[in-house]
Amino acid sequence: MAEPLLALEGVEARYGPVKALHGVSLTVGEGEIVAVLGANGAGKTTTLRAISGTVRRSGTIRFAGKGIASRSPEAVARLGVAHVPEGRGTLSELSVGENLRLGAYPRRDRAAIREDERRVLAHFPFLGERRNQRAGTLSGGEQQMLALARALMLRPRLVLLDEPSHGLAPRVVAEIFRIVGELNEKDGLTVLVVEQNAILALEAASRAYVLEVGRVALEGGSDTLRRNESVRKSYLGY
Amino acid sequence: MILAFDWTQLAQQTVIGLSNGGLWALLALALVLIYRSTGVVNFAQGEMAMFSTFVAWSLIHHGLSYWEAFFLTLVISFAGGVALERVAIRPVERAPVLTVVIVTLGLFFLVDGAARWFWSSETRTLPNAFSTRPINVAGVAFSIQDLGNIAVSLGVVALLFVLFQFTKLGLALRAAAVNPEESRLLGIRVSWMLALGWGLAAAMGAVSGMLTAPALASFDQNLMQPVLLYAFAGAVLGGIASPLGAVVGTLLLGVFVNLIGTYVNWIGTDLRLPVALAVILGVLLVRPAGLFGRASVRRV
Repeated sequence: MAEPLLALEGVEARYGPVKALHGVSLTVGEGEIVAVLGANGAGKTTTLRAISGTVRRSGTIRFAGKGIASRSPEAVARLGVAHVPEGRGTLSELSVGENLRLGAYPRRDRAAIREDERRVLAHFPFLGERRNQRAGTLSGGEQQMLALARALMLRPRLVLLDEPSHGLAPRVVAEIFRIVGELNEKDGLTVLVVEQNAILALEAASRAYVLEVGRVALEGGSDTLRRNESVRKSYLGY
Repeated sequence: MILAFDWTQLAQQTVIGLSNGGLWALLALALVLIYRSTGVVNFAQGEMAMFSTFVAWSLIHHGLSYWEAFFLTLVISFAGGVALERVAIRPVERAPVLTVVIVTLGLFFLVDGAARWFWSSETRTLPNAFSTRPINVAGVAFSIQDLGNIAVSLGVVALLFVLFQFTKLGLALRAAAVNPEESRLLGIRVSWMLALGWGLAAAMGAVSGMLTAPALASFDQNLMQPVLLYAFAGAVLGGIASPLGAVVGTLLLGVFVNLIGTYVNWIGTDLRLPVALAVILGVLLVRPAGLFGRASVRRV
């Protein structure tokens, strides 16, 4: 089997003296959607932050054949990893159009950037209409979509999606997952998604990992996990 | 009374006020730039500008023309600003605001002391940037120097506006200042953006200093201390976080201070600085966000 696009092995992370990850190992293959499930405080967000370098981490993290465990967030982003953080990370003082332009900041291929902007706006037409509006004035769901659209502007090899459903209406969440699924099918977008809403996450993802107190407790195909009794009781609620 | 009013004098004094205000605006913009990215008022900004002016003086002393020295000093100041950020501010980037304030206060004394050590404390003069000849506009004589100062100030402001609004670098500078964490996730080298901001601020201060000095009969190492206070007062008036506010605030203050000094006898030239400080106090009491400050709108 070819080397997966992303591979974590024994990754630990800490916030000051507090250890949040105790040796997480997982892989994401090119073109896959992989979900990370778990209760609050299980280390889901920290796992994404360890990959993008926004938390102190150790262990092995390989992305596209390169070790990235000691690289800065900006360096990881420049390798093609788009991290959409919890709370969306929209630059609220800047306009919608400026947010989109910054998504492509590390790129130099101007013509392709314009082309990508057209394609991205086809998925999110309202963003085109509100190009000059300050991002902070968008609704929560619109900001989440802007964050996703901005991530796509990087032409990312991997999108790290943190809790896209956070604080949003079910209809909006469904729409966001529909677009992510479509991008994955059509363009082969690779996504590592962290989600409280396990039902949605398992629907979108082909595989998933279940984290418990900073360790991988379970892993497997989405269908297998859906049938797993403890997953059903703890995360699916039936 | 009304008939005897001297409109010529009003026009002349207004232009002088704008000329002073324009030079304060450059330093105020430097303050705002640092304030937005580092979150503190850089108390050393005036001394950095003074240091730059002394560099220009030395260059002219070694035979360069005023404008040659002017542009060379800009480059040196920019590099110096970047270096200061790397050496003095970078280590406290994540420290509490108060720590950073103390560091800029330390820089104030460091830069001031360095200027006194390199250059003796005797007074010196800088040649005029513009002709001292008056020019006649619609029957009123203005000094070319004042008009030149206004033109250069507005030119620098316009350049800065273009940089920040219409270039990719400017966009990254703004993003890095407002949302550093998120900006890093987008691949922006935030730490370098801060250094670049310090470089730009130092260069703007240098322009302010190099145009302030020639208008004085002579200057020494205290050159920029009143300018820093006026700049700060103007920036507070306009809203310390707003670049537009800083420019409008300092221009208004420049005109106000000059007119009140002209028409209110007991204020004259001696009490202008206290007037500026009264403006700071008044603004902070009545409208703390300043004329152009806005409470940030955010939906969650």
